[in-house]
Amino acid sequence: MANDKVITADKLTKRFGDFVAVDRISFEVNKGEIFGFLGANGAGKTTAMRMLCGLSMPTSGEASVAGFDVYKENEKIKKNIGYMSQKFSLYDDLTVKENMRFYGGIYGMSNKFIKEKTAFILEYLHLQSEADKLVKSLPLGWKQKLAFSVAIFHEPGIVFLDEPTGGVDPVTRREFWNMIYNASDTGITIFVTTHYMDEAEYCNRVSIMVDGRIDALDTPAALKKTYEAASMDEVFLKLARKAKRSAD
Amino acid sequence: MRSLRFLLQKEFRQIFRDPAILRVIFIMPVIQLLILPWAADYEMKDIRLSVIDQDHSSYSQKLISKITSSGYFILNDNSASYKDALNEIEHDYSDLVLEIPPSFEKNLVKEDESKLFMALNAINGVKANLGGAYLRSIIQDFNKEVRLEWIQFPRFNPELSIEVTSSNWFNPLMNYKYFMVPGILVILLTMVGSNLAAANIVKEKEIGTIEQINVTPIKKYHFILGKLIPFWILGLVILTFGLTIARFAYGIIPAGSFLTIYIFAAVYLLAILGLGLLISTYAANQQQSMLLSFFMMMIFILLGGLYTSIDSMPEWAQWITKFNPVSYFINVMRMVVLKGSSLADIKEQLFIMMGFAIALNGWAILSYHKRA
Repeated sequence: MANDKVITADKLTKRFGDFVAVDRISFEVNKGEIFGFLGANGAGKTTAMRMLCGLSMPTSGEASVAGFDVYKENEKIKKNIGYMSQKFSLYDDLTVKENMRFYGGIYGMSNKFIKEKTAFILEYLHLQSEADKLVKSLPLGWKQKLAFSVAIFHEPGIVFLDEPTGGVDPVTRREFWNMIYNASDTGITIFVTTHYMDEAEYCNRVSIMVDGRIDALDTPAALKKTYEAASMDEVFLKLARKAKRSAD
Repeated sequence: MRSLRFLLQKEFRQIFRDPAILRVIFIMPVIQLLILPWAADYEMKDIRLSVIDQDHSSYSQKLISKITSSGYFILNDNSASYKDALNEIEHDYSDLVLEIPPSFEKNLVKEDESKLFMALNAINGVKANLGGAYLRSIIQDFNKEVRLEWIQFPRFNPELSIEVTSSNWFNPLMNYKYFMVPGILVILLTMVGSNLAAANIVKEKEIGTIEQINVTPIKKYHFILGKLIPFWILGLVILTFGLTIARFAYGIIPAGSFLTIYIFAAVYLLAILGLGLLISTYAANQQQSMLLSFFMMMIFILLGGLYTSIDSMPEWAQWITKFNPVSYFINVMRMVVLKGSSLADIKEQLFIMMGFAIALNGWAILSYHKRA
């Protein structure tokens, strides 16, 4: 069974001086699931995710990702994960194709793989005619979809998405979630943070962070039952109302 | 090594796609090298002179006409009194005052000596200094002429006289462009090296792509090399550009070998790029990195020996220049270009520069973390 847990965290903590950004969170993510990581602004979602990705050193606690320890084997973790940050992180002054080639290249993919994968993604996203245009000329929704494709370009086992649909219109959001489902179908584990409670319903399991702690973790249906709520929105409001920390 | 290739390809694409960077790299050096050496002129001309001639004698007239005919001075006015002349200086109409006392000719003829008084406007120190020196040498000359007139064919000069003549080695005509152009070229290389490299990395921080890079398994030194190599190459291209301009616009052909210049420049660029890298690890955004670079450039230029000679600085300032990589390169450039120094002659500077390169890059690499 141990092999089925691709992410485990045990009392994982991050302190910035006196401020405890992430307070002893413990959870496990199963292989192939879509795990929703919910919380208000400033609840500590991004910090927790950055620790798991090897971008931020935990203060204490244990965690492993893809079977590797976050303290010692963070560079090995990086080979096995994809990451899409809150900030748009493709190069604006490179073309769609060049971005894919660059990120594929630094993940050590072969030229043949890069070529085939690029063609596949361009077709999948219907971006063939934009392949040689600079990324800055694309509308935001397309950029986000492209960023997601680049994050899973090297076919990682796990992908971390930090508010991937922020600022995107509802239609594109729906399309984006279709992409997430398609990726999930290929066996990729999805770890996603979001503000949109309708998106939470799409997840297999969700955790809700309040003031640095995980206050609830279960399937959306079970959470709604526990908190006697009609929707995830209600569940979230019930939990988030307890927050003492002000939003950033 | 393969990932380094992808990094370099990306970096060069971005550089050649950014017209602002291209302008900075290619047009600015050309313009600076064509304009600055002409503007940074050490020779003083048109020094404005006020004369108070209280003697109105033929000798005083002779002296004044000798001064004005030298070409360095413009006779601003003939003031009636010292007070009037001082007034001219106070209003910055005049740089120099020469007072010829009432009995100048009489004393000169009767007592064989006479006094003159000179007052300088030292607001512009260089002008005052040079102006004073010019005037003094003209008066000395005049003195000699007067004596020659009086002493009729002496067998021996009754007075012992030592005359000093000088010749300027390595720059016989004291053409200041010969030492300004190599110096300005050094400053240009420094600016491209530290500012551009720092701004480039900080830009990735600002737009967030550096985080995307940090989450990849890329090796830290690959990333750093990927940033250093393009600017190192650009630096050498600019140097080539600059030396070509020096050759065709100023006729400056290094007396030493180009190889010596390039070897030193290659090491120097490494050191300067290390500095840029260091700035980028400490600066959070492009404004900070620009300010930091600008502040450093000020010190580098003013304490680098480009405009003022390091030897004439106070001892504590000379110590500071030892930590200024620019001062070594300016020195080496002048040695090689003017004096024809060889690699063996600049050995010491070369080793010091290697030290700079290792220390700055080492520090930068240690303070760059993929994980916060």
